[in-house]
Amino acid sequence: MRLIFAFIAGGLFGTGLFLSGMTDTAKVQGWLDIFGNWDPTLAFVMGGAIVPMAVAWQLVPGRKPLTEGSFPAPPEPRLGRNLVVGSVMFGMGWGLAGLCPGPAIASLSYGGMGHWIFLAAMLAGMVLAPSLRARLDRAVPAE
Amino acid sequence: MLSSIPSDWIWGLAGGLLIGLGGAVFLLANGRFMGASGLIGGLVDRSGWSNWAERVVFLAAVFLLPLLLLPATGTVDTHVSDNWLVLIGAGLLVGIGTRIANGCTSGHGVCGISRLSLRGIVATVFYIMAGGLTVILFRHILGVI
Repeated sequence: MRLIFAFIAGGLFGTGLFLSGMTDTAKVQGWLDIFGNWDPTLAFVMGGAIVPMAVAWQLVPGRKPLTEGSFPAPPEPRLGRNLVVGSVMFGMGWGLAGLCPGPAIASLSYGGMGHWIFLAAMLAGMVLAPSLRARLDRAVPAE
Repeated sequence: MLSSIPSDWIWGLAGGLLIGLGGAVFLLANGRFMGASGLIGGLVDRSGWSNWAERVVFLAAVFLLPLLLLPATGTVDTHVSDNWLVLIGAGLLVGIGTRIANGCTSGHGVCGISRLSLRGIVATVFYIMAGGLTVILFRHILGVI
């Protein structure tokens, strides 16, 4: 049952990324490019996605997931340096290529070679991340 | 009146609603957070191997559905860079950054902001600012992208 719901959720996510134009790197970079020919599409996608999610979060308190297990813990209040350092790095890569992890997967079947190269580098980055994070924590302790 | 709104915006809104619906299904049915970088990263660094099947099925569906829709929509140009150095550098930054920050556009952006998580909001502000400055630098000053 969990796998069926995972497929439905992933299918909706992939369909949404595809139809919204978010696998088109020009639209993502066009949104980030406030000094160029600014493209507001991404704001509509974000706004549209937040609405059903906000409703879903309202249904969480006092309930259990349909299948099994429990809901995620409430958000951690602490921000921490890693959140900022990581987000800045992510934003730089996002701006450079116009791709983030979701669209990177959704576009693989039709985007061509460049998308596979990006994916390979992203996976390599994810392999390297735990040791880089540990090194960062040793060099400059977070607290 | 509707015809005066660019169709890209309407497709964006419609696609956005589907993305949010996917996140709602994953949360309410499986109790899971729909963050793409976390779902992928947990498979890559083994931290999420205890529920690998759910992750693989989710990601397979993200890959498959656009492929199934392609015959209806025709070819899509993603305007991806043909500069391998840019793609490799960008991929490394996205992979490392999302794992250090513990989230990306779907996790911090969609799922975090929708529950008014301060971490989600702060992360989103920083990656959008960094992305905007990167486009200014590499497009308008260096002319590489």
